[in-house]
Amino acid sequence: MSMAKRLALAVSLVLVASAAIAADTPGLGKPVSEADLALWDMSIGPDGKGLPAGSGTPTQGAAIYAQKCEACHGKDGVGGTNAALANAPGKSERTMALYVPNATTIFDFTRRAMPWPQPKTLTNDEVYALTAFILARNKVIGENEAMNAETLPKVAMPNRNGFVSRYPEKH
Amino acid sequence: MISKPKKFASPIPDVAGNGLIDRRALLGRGMLFAGAAATGVGSSSTGAAAEALPVDPWSMVPGERITPYGTPSKYESKVVRTLTNPNHEPRTSNARTPHHLLEGTITPNGLHFVVARTGFPDIDPAKHLLAIHGLVKQPLVFDLDALARYPKVTRVNFVECGGNSAPLFNKDPVQANVQAIHGLVSCSEWTGVRLSTLLEETGIDPKAKWLLAEGADGPSMNRSIPIAKALDDAMIALYQNGERIAPAQGYPMRLLVPGYEGNMNVKWLHRIKLIEEPVMAINETMQYTYRVAGPKIWQFFFPMEVKSFVTHPSPGLTLKGPGYYEIAGLAYSGNGRIAKVMVSADGGKSWAQAALDAPVLAKALTRFRLPWRWDGQPVVLQSRAWDEAGNVQPTRAEMFAERGEPKVNVPVTAFPMGHMNVITSWAIDNKGEAKHVYG
Repeated sequence: MSMAKRLALAVSLVLVASAAIAADTPGLGKPVSEADLALWDMSIGPDGKGLPAGSGTPTQGAAIYAQKCEACHGKDGVGGTNAALANAPGKSERTMALYVPNATTIFDFTRRAMPWPQPKTLTNDEVYALTAFILARNKVIGENEAMNAETLPKVAMPNRNGFVSRYPEKH
Repeated sequence: MISKPKKFASPIPDVAGNGLIDRRALLGRGMLFAGAAATGVGSSSTGAAAEALPVDPWSMVPGERITPYGTPSKYESKVVRTLTNPNHEPRTSNARTPHHLLEGTITPNGLHFVVARTGFPDIDPAKHLLAIHGLVKQPLVFDLDALARYPKVTRVNFVECGGNSAPLFNKDPVQANVQAIHGLVSCSEWTGVRLSTLLEETGIDPKAKWLLAEGADGPSMNRSIPIAKALDDAMIALYQNGERIAPAQGYPMRLLVPGYEGNMNVKWLHRIKLIEEPVMAINETMQYTYRVAGPKIWQFFFPMEVKSFVTHPSPGLTLKGPGYYEIAGLAYSGNGRIAKVMVSADGGKSWAQAALDAPVLAKALTRFRLPWRWDGQPVVLQSRAWDEAGNVQPTRAEMFAERGEPKVNVPVTAFPMGHMNVITSWAIDNKGEAKHVYG
């Protein structure tokens, strides 16, 4: 064992031991750094915290959408076998325009969960482009607006003020 | 043949309309049947049997082979979940618990309800890790071997999908059974490590007010949960009814937030991040929210409110002629123990208090029962529950006075995620067939 490894082990043992003594718990968790968890930590806050580098426009998104999304979600986000992505408010109950208060949510979900057969395979540029495409089809942004870590959190979703938290008043 | 018992006659007077009998009759069967014997029930002792009962064939051969893992009797093959996506097409899969074919309060693991966005992941337990990080003093990862050495607790809790009972949002009563209407709730004995124990080891930055819980499944399902709940009764559940958690329930570990809507009990849990504000995940914005009026949408309404429904009798369980039956059902509340269940056989005109099977546990399914003498005439059965926090299960009128009248008829398999908990009514006709109605 190298000196550096021994040192690291000693430090982690001290940390674990002190935690165990302080709280009287087994202290069997292994210390990790935030850097170790970088690939897992994919959550994006509504303020845009966590958004990666990259950029994409609705036009770029349309090409990716046709290839990877249209089979389930239908042409232009309507008429598919799965959730509609682009119904105008009034035509359908659960629309993005009505039910998504922060545009960051669309990026977050698309990156973590889509496309259905191969989640987490889209590049960040592709996710930005698809997010831009969905926002444009919902008439929230213009056809040529690029989405990136700067612009996405600033998108004003139509119903951003409609959400009423029932917590903690009624929990 | 054995002579048929004569028509049931109870010495105990009805306590509510259409034949509801005092629940205390259940306490002493002797009392219930004492008078009946006097009127001729059980008269086989005096009747002459024309033919002796035969010895059954299974009593004359050796039994079947015992298998390593037992399965239910082949005669119970209809006691299964109903599936919304049996061919595993690229969409969400739901499986519903057949409450009309089960008894007691514990759901067998193979019959626990499922809502899964892409099915269940094939997780190697030896490689699975739980990370706790974010606003902590020391981020830590735990494997199953480590968690096995922690102090554990065992608790019985229901898990209910926020969209259970959604067919009751329809303007007209959906013709469906208990499984289709209320099948997205199940109850298990869960064993695991308190989340608060692990958070003591990571330490909590005072700025942390919420945590993000995330699964290791393909879609990485995630929800924001208040720190207060994590420190109250949240558990990293490792076992379900004594065995490792079922694959579709989150093997090898799930978050259990007792009483909170099912989707927050994150399955295949592999990451908890302490944060200041909710992340506004898709499952707390587009899903598991409720549009009250205009643009106003409720969000973060976590506990599943007090509910009950009659399972026996119910649609599909046809009564075989007038006489004695037991009305039985399930009651539960995400806000604590069930305090009381009342049953009506006349559509809510009169009510009788049901007996509750002991022990009555907080945030767990509770079985209620009431003896009933059906005279063969049409009746409407209902149940209504109260919880120890003082909440009352609402009537349809009460719920829609607060939320507005339902706007659409939804498919029976769709779920608007609105925490529907109004009283359920079963109309029983003179043939003994039960039908869903609005009472």
